[in-house]
Amino acid sequence: MIGLEIKDLHVQVEDVEILHGINLIVPAGEVHAIMGPNGTGKSTLAYTLMGHPKYQVTSGEVLLDGRSILALSPEARSHAGLFLAFQYPVAIPGVTVANFLRTAINAHRKAVDPNYHGIPIPEFRKIMLEKMKLLEMDQKMGGRYLNDGFSGGEKKRVEILQMAMLEPTMAVLDETDSGLDIDALRIVSEGINTLKSNRLGILVITHYQRMLNYLKPDIVHVMVDGKIVESGGPELALQLEEEGYRGVKA
Amino acid sequence: MSEQEDVLRGIEPQRYDFKDPEKYVFKSRKGLDAEVVGQISAHKEEPQWMRENRLKALQQFNAMPMPSWGVDLQGLDLDDLYYYVKPTDEIQNDWDEIPEAIKNTFNRLGIPEAEQKFLAGVGAQYESEMVYHNIQKQLENQGVIFLSIEEGLRQHPDLFKQYFGTVVPFTDNKFAALNTAVWSGGSFVYIPPFVKVELPLQAYFRLNTASIGQFERSIIIADEGSQVHYVEGCTAPQYSKNSFHSGVIEIIVKKGARVRYTTIQNWSTNVYNLVTQRAMVHEEGTMEWVDSNLGSKATMKYPACYLVGPHAHGEMLSMAFAGRGQDQDTGGKMLHLAEDTTSKITSKSISKDGGRSSFRGLVYVDKKAESAKAKVVCDALILDGKSRSDTYPHIENRAENVSIGHEASVSKVGEEQLFYLTSRGLSEEEATTMVISGFIEPLVKELPMEYAVEMNRLIQLQMEGAVG
Repeated sequence: MIGLEIKDLHVQVEDVEILHGINLIVPAGEVHAIMGPNGTGKSTLAYTLMGHPKYQVTSGEVLLDGRSILALSPEARSHAGLFLAFQYPVAIPGVTVANFLRTAINAHRKAVDPNYHGIPIPEFRKIMLEKMKLLEMDQKMGGRYLNDGFSGGEKKRVEILQMAMLEPTMAVLDETDSGLDIDALRIVSEGINTLKSNRLGILVITHYQRMLNYLKPDIVHVMVDGKIVESGGPELALQLEEEGYRGVKA
Repeated sequence: MSEQEDVLRGIEPQRYDFKDPEKYVFKSRKGLDAEVVGQISAHKEEPQWMRENRLKALQQFNAMPMPSWGVDLQGLDLDDLYYYVKPTDEIQNDWDEIPEAIKNTFNRLGIPEAEQKFLAGVGAQYESEMVYHNIQKQLENQGVIFLSIEEGLRQHPDLFKQYFGTVVPFTDNKFAALNTAVWSGGSFVYIPPFVKVELPLQAYFRLNTASIGQFERSIIIADEGSQVHYVEGCTAPQYSKNSFHSGVIEIIVKKGARVRYTTIQNWSTNVYNLVTQRAMVHEEGTMEWVDSNLGSKATMKYPACYLVGPHAHGEMLSMAFAGRGQDQDTGGKMLHLAEDTTSKITSKSISKDGGRSSFRGLVYVDKKAESAKAKVVCDALILDGKSRSDTYPHIENRAENVSIGHEASVSKVGEEQLFYLTSRGLSEEEATTMVISGFIEPLVKELPMEYAVEMNRLIQLQMEGAVG
């Protein structure tokens, strides 16, 4: 299958099991949302998918386009088409956004062709400015140090800028809506919408309905205590917004 | 003899041409005593005062104990060294003897073969004489003096005598005494009042770096309101059979003048590098040291600014990279000796593979230096558990109404930073290199472009294989 398949995934952090058997399928071309209360394991799932060394998979399987990725390093997962928009992107002082993006693009192209010599600067600049425009970003952002002194909104925009430039086939957005004001939320969401295609699967992790109004998920999953407890259409998100998680927990 | 006559005598071409080259090839015997020092002076055909000065410095050197702090100098046998080798002889390293690792680095930096041989001390100058002559001509038109230290003494003896040893007297420390006794090679620079030298004085020096002696001595005099940027060294590793280098750099920044002195030190890892660099900064003058230490077995170097005039400003931007078996003991000294003087020290150090880097900073504010402002920032990055970083800040204030700030940080390349970067497709090595280049970015962006590019490539090479 083209897309992401998670089968009975159990994950521990420091010997404590956080995810108790997650099953989830996100086919290419679809947008899925995971909602759920705080501390329920949503970010654990995001980090596990990307391969953070702190998260230990004790059993289960994760397939990307039919291929198991659990043995792959984060960089190899990235090369395979997986992308994680971080909830809290870290700062890399002294490294400009542009330099970082160019290095990342080159790393991807070299993974395909080891003899690739690097993207020419004019070509890179053209793409970057195009994508920045899409996200209504100031060009000057390219010269700033990555996430260093960025506001919450700037960080999230730069996460989506990276997604736009790396063109993943499966994007996990971990609370991309947090820290965004109403205008920024609209701009970022519309930016994501322009990236939608039948080759891209998106998994949105959120507490709130508001971003889903823009992204219009095909399926909404509810996660409670490390398990998916319910899945349904977009109306499920609306129901949660009104009734809270108490209803589904019962 | 008047200065005028002496200068004229100095530029008589026949005085320097048509000499039997054999006469120039000379190597003193191992070890150091008055006879060897006398021979050095005789070979350089120096005036009597310089000969006497060398001999006095030798006595001082013998009288002073080895420093008991800083790097471990036990591997340094001062009796087993040649203290003077005539330059024509000195550059005759054998290409076959150059370590493979250094040749590989040359290749990977993409340095042309002619330049490689030059850097390794095998060949002579690798660039056309034209480049040198054009630059010299341009400088001459501005009245700038830019000569080897020996030529400086020969052609401008009064100017030379007026400043030599005034910033770093031989009584200063054991290695300043040694250098004063046996100095050879280096630059003599004079910038006339209100002349701004646009081009960094580097091309000439790059041509001659490898032939610079182990005991280089340089004097830079920036007269009132003038400006100059001087660049020393290069990013490619410099192979030297001489395991000991001890230079002295003296800089005089006159009223309102501005001098930047950039060092890129990348000696091969057999070298002990003990250097005294100091600037005397007069009223409203600005002195900037940009100092990066990548190579050597052990380095002790603390460039200093003596802020002797009101509103003088001193700045120090330093970077040290200590890899396997390396001990980088570096820092800076700011002495506030007049009112309203300001200074800033920014130090960045990186330790990996068991390397050790130490920062020694001194800020001294004299009681005359009212309203002085000083700031010291030192950041250390430690790449693994085997490596070490120490900070020894020393601040002494005797004046009123003074502002002194000190910040220090020690960090490791964070797991979260690595995860973030690798999740974007960078390898762990690329990610670590990226964090490091970001760390030293404040220094690299101050380097002339070609050095900055080479510096980043070099850091990349240093990092290869360091991870995993």
